[in-house]
Amino acid sequence: MPTYQAQIYVTLRPSVLDTAGTAVQSGLHHMGFDAVEQVRIGKYIQVTLMADDEATARQQLDQMCDQLLTNPVIENYRFDLAVKTPAIAP
Amino acid sequence: MNISIIVFPGANCDRDAAYVTRDLLGQPTHLVWHEESDLQNADLVIVPGGFSYGDYLRCGAIARFSPALQATIDHAQRGGWVLGICNGFQILTEAGLLPGALVRNRDLHFVCDRQPLRVERTNLIWTQAYADRAVITLPIAHGEGCYYADAETLQSLEEHQQIVFRYSSADGEITEAANPNGSLHNIAGICNRQGNVLGMMPHPERAADSILGQTDGLALFKGVLTQSLQAA
Repeated sequence: MPTYQAQIYVTLRPSVLDTAGTAVQSGLHHMGFDAVEQVRIGKYIQVTLMADDEATARQQLDQMCDQLLTNPVIENYRFDLAVKTPAIAP
Repeated sequence: MNISIIVFPGANCDRDAAYVTRDLLGQPTHLVWHEESDLQNADLVIVPGGFSYGDYLRCGAIARFSPALQATIDHAQRGGWVLGICNGFQILTEAGLLPGALVRNRDLHFVCDRQPLRVERTNLIWTQAYADRAVITLPIAHGEGCYYADAETLQSLEEHQQIVFRYSSADGEITEAANPNGSLHNIAGICNRQGNVLGMMPHPERAADSILGQTDGLALFKGVLTQSLQAA
């Protein structure tokens, strides 16, 4: 069974005020980066998993994201998926 | 009335809640470890405050999958009483027993204060011992207590009178200045449509014994007890 590595990006929904992002933005302004218009802070999660094929891996990752890794009320996600170790030929 | 209080690793208000129900009100109270799924025939399940599972990932996110919380969801769906306080409120929203979510406070600060609240509804077991539109003072202590829900959910909460407590000024005015964390509509506590599940950020269990100076929270527990005695 091949091993896949997913890189999951979790971001706050645009309608949710990102207080931490706003604070960091103000820090960047204090540094002199006046051109910074917006900062949004999210999370980056790496998951390594075994699955029969890519479609199965994607389906399982969607479930993980919907049920635990993100809260759909306040967050969106997307992920990149790559084969880490191919299946070993019998 | 049988009371069960769920104990998560990182919970720190479980014993405070047990002190109120067992020592002040004399009710049989069980502390139920998060890995147990037997709620000991509870009438009321309390999901206490604290930092369950270190608040890793998101507040309340991991607690939701514990056996004790799965049993609590079943209990709520059978119409049983469930009270979530602070982290317990966060857990109940993560579990989908209550709508919306609790996010970082508006000013990013952990707020620890005594906060006036207006009781918005008194035809619930939780609030029947309070006067209509009473202003009570309860302690708050949280970093992620800013209530968020989309516009449609907020409208539905208002229409179905699910907002039970709002942050207010000492004289009961609902203003932005009286809002300690940026919660939409000054929401401090909500119930589900049926009214058997209540989640709130303020701590009624920390304002129940006169030795601590404030007792405005005791009436909430007494209200549930009264209802339970009437039903028996």
